[in-house]
Amino acid sequence: MSTGNEFEQFRKTFFEECQEILSDLDGLLATLAADPSDRECLNAIFRGVHSIKAGAGAFSFTRLVGFSHNLEAALDGLRDGRIAGTDQVTQLLVRAVDTLAAFVEAAQCGAEPRAGFGDELSRDLLRMMETGGEERPIASAAPKPEAATASPAGALSRFRIRFKPHWEMFRHANEPLLVLRELRQLGTCIIACDMSRLPAINALDPEESYLCWLIEIETVASAARIEEVFEFVEDDCDLMIEPMDGIEYPVASPAEEPAIPGLVAGEPEEAAGVVRANGGEEGAGKARGNNVSSIRVELSRVDRLVNMVGELVITQSMLAQQIADLALAQGSQAVRGQEDLAMLTRELQECVMAIRMQPVKSVFARMPRLVREVSAKLGKPIRLVTAGELTEVDKTVIEELADPLTHMIRNAIDHGVESPEMRRAAGKPEEGTIELTALHAGSNILIHVADDGGGIDRDRLFRKAVEKGIVSANAKLSEEEIDELLFSPGFSTAEKVTDVSGRGVGMDVVRRNIVKLGGRIQVQSALGKGTRFTLVIPLTLAVLDGMIVAVGTERYILPLTSIIESYRPHPRTVRVVTGGMQVAAVRGEYVRLVHLHDLFGVQDAVTDPAQGLVVLVETAQGNKIGVVVDELIGQQQVVIKSLTDNFDPVRGISGATILGNGRVALILDIEQLSAMSPRTGSERLVPLPVDVAA
Amino acid sequence: MATEFESMTSQIATLQSGASVSGDVSQFISFRVGEEEFAIDIMAVREIKGWTQTTTLPNQPDYLLGILNLRGTIVPIYDLRCRFGLGLTIATRTHVVIIVSVLERTVGLLVDAVSDILTVRGDAIRPIPDMERQGSTQFFSGIITVNESMVVLLSLEALFERAVAALPDLAA
Repeated sequence: MSTGNEFEQFRKTFFEECQEILSDLDGLLATLAADPSDRECLNAIFRGVHSIKAGAGAFSFTRLVGFSHNLEAALDGLRDGRIAGTDQVTQLLVRAVDTLAAFVEAAQCGAEPRAGFGDELSRDLLRMMETGGEERPIASAAPKPEAATASPAGALSRFRIRFKPHWEMFRHANEPLLVLRELRQLGTCIIACDMSRLPAINALDPEESYLCWLIEIETVASAARIEEVFEFVEDDCDLMIEPMDGIEYPVASPAEEPAIPGLVAGEPEEAAGVVRANGGEEGAGKARGNNVSSIRVELSRVDRLVNMVGELVITQSMLAQQIADLALAQGSQAVRGQEDLAMLTRELQECVMAIRMQPVKSVFARMPRLVREVSAKLGKPIRLVTAGELTEVDKTVIEELADPLTHMIRNAIDHGVESPEMRRAAGKPEEGTIELTALHAGSNILIHVADDGGGIDRDRLFRKAVEKGIVSANAKLSEEEIDELLFSPGFSTAEKVTDVSGRGVGMDVVRRNIVKLGGRIQVQSALGKGTRFTLVIPLTLAVLDGMIVAVGTERYILPLTSIIESYRPHPRTVRVVTGGMQVAAVRGEYVRLVHLHDLFGVQDAVTDPAQGLVVLVETAQGNKIGVVVDELIGQQQVVIKSLTDNFDPVRGISGATILGNGRVALILDIEQLSAMSPRTGSERLVPLPVDVAA
Repeated sequence: MATEFESMTSQIATLQSGASVSGDVSQFISFRVGEEEFAIDIMAVREIKGWTQTTTLPNQPDYLLGILNLRGTIVPIYDLRCRFGLGLTIATRTHVVIIVSVLERTVGLLVDAVSDILTVRGDAIRPIPDMERQGSTQFFSGIITVNESMVVLLSLEALFERAVAALPDLAA
């Protein structure tokens, strides 16, 4: 495994942990609001925020680090009693945690929150620290971030110290001045006194402590040595000692205004020239919708569960078969028990499958950034429209979708959408539109990537394919076949190779990835109007409602969702058109008949549709074909097993399943069947010996 | 019968853990196809099981007998005899399927019988005599002599690279 993968893995783990922490924080904040003195709870919140900060630091999410740092500082104040746990404070914390979540989400999507996002809240937090939680805002202008002074030379290090004596300190006969003097002996100090809490003289309580000192010290001494200075007073004051290197703090002029410790404002360079993506806005702007409490489970455990439930379903249907064979009276205990078992098994299976389902949002959310980058690079303004983000699909599918979608969107911008000049000339708006939509269709999820660009120039595509030796110049190809050329390996029609796309390593890889998922990719295009790619991917890689059909001794599964009807045709409604192609008339429509025994070389099968059955099926594109089979065996929910884990894709077959008797049956791929042409006799497979009974 | 295969499988697992092997020594599983003895690296072997009926995959070469269910995983089964151009095996209950891992896939090899576990020093493996690499000889990686008879070492990688390339391309 490469380091890149490992890094990606760590990154993923980090975000998973963040989600976990954030959802914990919600609950903890509620507890804290109910009882502000709950130290356990406060500590837990602090730890959570700290973990996020530490992780974010490791991945250099600067702004996330900055914000969590401020929040952490405020929590620390709350923890050591500098800030009172008022309602205002807890409300502020709730808002801060929401903002933190937005920062996390933005970092995860790779989007940049708008400049200045969270700054206001940071200031509120810090003001809260100044005022100790009472709403008594200091009249200070928003601090401008300034670079810290040059880094210390030699072994010098810089610390920021915030020292706020309690009134008890005076009672214990300690003098702040002595402490400050001692500090000065350690190194160069800039000492500022915060007198903002000092009341008017008539309201002044001589025994109260109103002052707070902010010290910046440049010293060779260690943090421990500095702490020693405060040894005798540390129980009677609020003390914060932080190293100043590494993170840059804004330095307010010490004389006039209290420095605001720990404020890390948004980096100014990010403010300029950053185009805001939809995702960024969404990522940072809205409150997190994901506050469902959850646990993190290793995927392999879920997979084991899925597998075992799959086996359970098989065993259950086997048992059902055996009970049926016993021909027991309806309502007998065994029959009732088996019916209950069947229902429970099905429900269990649904529950297990639901564990793996997730909305496609996580993939879609990465696309605005991509569009923004590519559109900027190519100088083509693009509007990305997404829909159906909440469509749920198996987690494995989601993970595998990111790469193909990235390729396709990149291609759509680079090859699909024309330059602004060309668009203007064609009477289109200069801004190109790319639509990314997800929707459920039966047991599939359909993902459309559509552009309103120039469409596929089939003549040019064909010429290019001839040039590259992919097809011969004499080949007569249908429009669909020409479109298919897009998916040939090493094919690229871009006039010039750009660093965005155009190396021809796009669509063939996309198709391979989609096929690996048991899906298909289709393309529809109208010259001058645009191109639409459709990914048809099974919702889950695991279960399918199927119709078992018999062809000779073979058993195949047809996906139930694609079946319209089955019937035995009258001989007069079936006729041969050309080259052995048969069509059947169904209510005024003509559909092509596909003989499975012929496509798959099955012996001893019914060859005359009028003697067998025609199963009318519809492809995802809406084409109807009649699949000729011997008979229907029955309907069954089957667990889909990948054929391609250990074998290459087989045309016409989308996967396999294990029947109640333990035998493997093949699941038919309707789309591919509809595109397969009848075999010629010479290709017929040599029959295999059948010897041992199963 | 089943228990015999199980004990064989667990014996192989023990050997794979490398307890008894040291230095420049390799271990192989030898098996019989027709009249000939072949051997494959023991590390590739996952399991040995009796033959069960497979499900035919359409439009595949003859030597691909079909697929079977190995505890929930779909595994293709190859007829080695047929792969070597010696005609199809008429498989019976006494035939054996060796489940192996090769090129990140799990596949089954139908053989007539499993013979032995061979422990061989590296220098005892002799190269295949220089001959025209055609037919099934391209799958052979060496020859060892056991009890005065020759056992041909098979390269599973060579065998399955070819098998993969020979299959019809989906995109075609």
